[in-house]
Amino acid sequence: MTIAGYRIPPLASLILWAIVWEIVGRLGLVFLFPPLSHVVMELGQVVGSTTFLNAAIMTVKCFVIGIALSIAVGVLLGLLMGRVDAADKLLGMWVNLFVSAPLSALVPVIMILFGMGESTIIVTVFLFAVWIIALDTRAGVRDMPPSLLAMAKSFGASRWQVLTKIVFFAALPEILAGIRLGVIRGVKGVVIGQLLVSIIGLGELFEVYSRNFLMEEFWALTLIVFAFALGAAELIAMLERKIDFYAGVRHA
Amino acid sequence: MTAAVRMLRETTKSDTAQPIVEVRHISKRYGSSVEALRDINLTFPTGQLTSLLGPSGCGKTTLLKIIAGLLEPTGGEVVVKGKTVTGPGPERAFVFQDFALMPWASVLRNAAFGLELQGIDKKKREETARHYINQVGLSGFENRYPHELSGGMRQRVGLARALAVNADVLLLDEPFSAVDEQNRRKFQEDLLRLREVERKTLIFVTHSIEEAVYLSDRIVLLSPRPGRVSEIIEPHVDRSGPPDLIRRNPAYLDTVEEIWHGLRDYAD
Repeated sequence: MTIAGYRIPPLASLILWAIVWEIVGRLGLVFLFPPLSHVVMELGQVVGSTTFLNAAIMTVKCFVIGIALSIAVGVLLGLLMGRVDAADKLLGMWVNLFVSAPLSALVPVIMILFGMGESTIIVTVFLFAVWIIALDTRAGVRDMPPSLLAMAKSFGASRWQVLTKIVFFAALPEILAGIRLGVIRGVKGVVIGQLLVSIIGLGELFEVYSRNFLMEEFWALTLIVFAFALGAAELIAMLERKIDFYAGVRHA
Repeated sequence: MTAAVRMLRETTKSDTAQPIVEVRHISKRYGSSVEALRDINLTFPTGQLTSLLGPSGCGKTTLLKIIAGLLEPTGGEVVVKGKTVTGPGPERAFVFQDFALMPWASVLRNAAFGLELQGIDKKKREETARHYINQVGLSGFENRYPHELSGGMRQRVGLARALAVNADVLLLDEPFSAVDEQNRRKFQEDLLRLREVERKTLIFVTHSIEEAVYLSDRIVLLSPRPGRVSEIIEPHVDRSGPPDLIRRNPAYLDTVEEIWHGLRDYAD
């Protein structure tokens, strides 16, 4: 971005909003927004507490299991839908429905099915992340150049070889993009799940902070969750950039 | 010279050279309305380079893909080395118009890919691939990736991959159409030289008259909609001299002119 000929670094807008937050906080207009500096100070306090540590470990555990499951199922589902027309017709509508459906509404049902514990959170993460991974994988498979398939066939590739040596790699840029979006949705899933269950993990902490109007702690926790979501997505983005060299040239 | 006389000479000629590929009564329909090929009968003698030449829509690529076993004919059969074709086989290797290289794999892995699919162990297949990468003039590029190469170099990788599996028949589908002009000429010359070394039977699809005459022992002219064999020409061009001389050879120029007269009726 440039303003009046000066190049503005991308972080500048973040700093700008941080300053706005600080000013609004110091003016004391809304008690919901304590000054940013106080929130940042509280960060150390929150991170250091054992309650947070236990909640964070439990949350990350649920998140990782949920995401791993959704990657495994989503990629398989996407490959199936991309390669088999019948499967695409049968499943396409449902996957598209779920990818845009307000899944939060389903969490109470999941709670009834899986109880008030970690399983519910894992299933929520899974349901939030899996559909976009399946859809992106499918798109990648459908978009691959047909001559690569013909090439593998002409050199005598078996169906398994076609899938593992050609289709998977041809679709890999889309698969990773899907996983990145899935990870972001998964963070939403883990927080929403815990909030609705509200007696475990970070959800419990959020409940405690907001019910007791501990706004500094509340915002500190929010910042941590945001940073985690962005960090996880950026990790996948790094992988994506590694294979970027062929994502753009596949049809050349 | 009439087509009938040419056909006659063609039959006598192929009696002497054993045909390695025979196309018998091949027809191909897409759906109920589009007739791509009608009753094609051809023999391809061992060790010769035969071009399938014709305007777009004459089904020349369709015919090549049927020979490759990538497409099923509606009627008729293709016989390669005495066996009826039911799909792709190790005695045939295909070179693709758009190269069909794996962008995530190095030149070396791409060139060795046919062998990799056959389950040849890594050391052995890379040794073979290196040999053919060298043969097509790409040594030093083994660890590069396709996007780092020019169109001509990418197609050389495609050719190395086809040579590496040591098939008897190479099927080339307009291999130079996505290669720029000066590289195409150089590549054509290299192909002629490689033919001498490798002793393969080549079936070559092209829409360029000059290319067909320059490279071929025989040229099969196809007519469009539906594709049929309209004429078979054997350009007797002496290829012993340097490339520039071949392109100025009267026999070369006359044949080009003759084919153009035959094909101009099909021009839009």
